[in-house]
Amino acid sequence: MSLVWGIRSGDKSAMATLYDRYSSLVYAVALRVLGETGAAEDVLQEVFMQLWRNPAAFDSGRGNLGAWLGVITRNRAIDGLRKRRPETDIADVVVSVEPDMADAAERSRAMEKVRGALVGMPEAQRSALEMAYFEGLTHTEIAAKTGEPLGTIKTRIRAGLQALRKVFEA
Amino acid sequence: MSAHQQFADDLALLALGTLQGDERVALEKHMEGCPACRRELERLRGDTALLALSASGPKPPQRSRERLLKAIAQEPRAKKIPARRSSSNFMPWLAAVAFLLLAGFFWRQSDRLAQRVAQLQDESVQQQAQLERAREVVSTLTSTDAMRVTLVAAQTPPQPQGKAIYVRERASLIFLASNLVSLPPQKAYELWLIPTNGAPIPAGVFKPDARGSATVIQPPLPAGVEAKAFAITIEPEQGSATPTMPIVMMGTGE
Repeated sequence: MSLVWGIRSGDKSAMATLYDRYSSLVYAVALRVLGETGAAEDVLQEVFMQLWRNPAAFDSGRGNLGAWLGVITRNRAIDGLRKRRPETDIADVVVSVEPDMADAAERSRAMEKVRGALVGMPEAQRSALEMAYFEGLTHTEIAAKTGEPLGTIKTRIRAGLQALRKVFEA
Repeated sequence: MSAHQQFADDLALLALGTLQGDERVALEKHMEGCPACRRELERLRGDTALLALSASGPKPPQRSRERLLKAIAQEPRAKKIPARRSSSNFMPWLAAVAFLLLAGFFWRQSDRLAQRVAQLQDESVQQQAQLERAREVVSTLTSTDAMRVTLVAAQTPPQPQGKAIYVRERASLIFLASNLVSLPPQKAYELWLIPTNGAPIPAGVFKPDARGSATVIQPPLPAGVEAKAFAITIEPEQGSATPTMPIVMMGTGE
């Protein structure tokens, strides 16, 4: 993980390289959650600045950097969407995920797999999963919005996540 | 399903960060003792990270890159890690200094602990001695072998009175007095054990308090001396080796 080591050493060029590699992913997630380019740019700036200020928050032994940045970005964007203070410290986020997102080609293949899995899901399941992930809605809020029972929403969300996992286990 | 079935759905919500209230509290409590659920939560968090990959859209504008690089240029890192080359000479010194500081710290801690242990041992010895003394007092007062002597003055009231309780085998003597007349500053009362054979033995010098009361608790006495009587004289306040006449109070065994 030489890029992260470079950032830990205060190397600005390492930060630029890391930005070039992951900014599209971070910006896409922020924009998907917030729906507004100015706010998405702010989250993009905030996420990379947090990494610059506290690179030790990312533990390369406990996850890959692309997945970690994706989760950090989503959490910060949801906090912004719901007008609340950040709820978790970035150092507390641990992401254990199979695809190696450092390589652009690998990342692209992983994206295709995930999108394919979402397309293949029943509409209600995909919708529940996306409302929880990209809108930060609780199962109670999703149930109120869709008129479905609470238990059904919970089960759909879990089954949706497990369906994504199976795509990478196959 | 590797996680417990009843928590399976809530684990997914916790991974998404949307589980709230009592359900979250109950699940977190359960996970404290459930490695299987903790592992499943980590896997589910990985699954949620995959969802981020489904987001697509335009690339961020160029100004975002410039904004970031400008910001990091203006914010030098407070904890910059030195390059390996320069650190290689410096690190052993840092390690040595850290070791010395730690050694000093632990030495001081150890020294303080040793002092504290010694202090506690002293206190323990003192408390043990006090306890033994108290036991001895009670034993003397309640002993059936004790010789009980009441000493009275021949004068009219207020009547000075003294009571001596003596156990010969243990050379243990308790003396209680009341209504004693106060004495000049350089004078004190002295209690004498009058043995059946031999000269009177000094058994403690004392001065009465403002109410005329006084006690002598276990003065040093030779063991096994049979007492014929107890007497009190007035002596210099440092005490005398032999009684100075007259005897102001005296009593024999009851």
